[in-house]
Amino acid sequence: MNAYEPHVDVMRSHLGRVRGLGVGHSGAEHWWGERASSVVLLPLSTWFVVQMFRLGGASRADVIKWGGKPINATLLIALIITTFYHARLGLQVIVDDYVHGHAYLPMRLLIKLGTFLLGLLGVISVVKLVIAHDSTK
Amino acid sequence: MQDVRKALYVGSRSDGTLVQRPMSPHLQIYRRRLSMILSISNRITGVIATGGAALGIFWLNAAAKGEKSYTTASKVARNPLSRLVLFGWIVSVVYHTVGGIRHLIWDSGHRFDKEEVNKDGEVAVRVTVGVSVVLTALLCLVGRRRAKKRG
Repeated sequence: MNAYEPHVDVMRSHLGRVRGLGVGHSGAEHWWGERASSVVLLPLSTWFVVQMFRLGGASRADVIKWGGKPINATLLIALIITTFYHARLGLQVIVDDYVHGHAYLPMRLLIKLGTFLLGLLGVISVVKLVIAHDSTK
Repeated sequence: MQDVRKALYVGSRSDGTLVQRPMSPHLQIYRRRLSMILSISNRITGVIATGGAALGIFWLNAAAKGEKSYTTASKVARNPLSRLVLFGWIVSVVYHTVGGIRHLIWDSGHRFDKEEVNKDGEVAVRVTVGVSVVLTALLCLVGRRRAKKRG
């Protein structure tokens, strides 16, 4: 058998390939998005850890009383959005590195859809807690 | 279309002939070091932290939905197995946070020397274990006490 013969199957320059995939324009944006969201998550998740001590073993009425306060609802929604934004960027890199071939595109879409829906469910739940808070008054 | 990385392994010499670029040795060739394990751990804990956040969303959803589903969620949360999951989540979040802070420090151009990386790695492990154990124990204690008070 012959040894591997280096050859190019695609008649496209490396630069053209990179630009075509979109990386040439948005690589830094992804990197900065990951860092910026991680910095925002530091105080937000610290706040949530403190709140977990309030919520441990709490009744539903306690949770509504807690989540219905505008400050708590705001910080919680901010935490949810930042968390799933950061998760989407991070999981995307993992898929980029380890998933190849036919599974690649479905996985990318699944991560986008999954993180979006989970974040949305979280936001809607907080809104519902706020509404429940008002109707108990 | 073929794999992009494979295509990128084909380079050209200055005379125009094609050549396959060399590939670096694979993982098992290198001696195992703490920094390798901590590096991949940052990714693994990131995935676990996301899974835990998803569980947190389901808990929030149960609280928003109604009394019945919240009671079920609380019952599941009191299960010893769930406490183990909580511990695993807390370990992951704490380690991912510590690892993330280290990454931010590296991004700013500091603590990147070999000795510093090795020293910080050990500190990261100690901080993660300490903070996680204390946090989980306190949380379980507070939760149990409050639930008992309510009866």
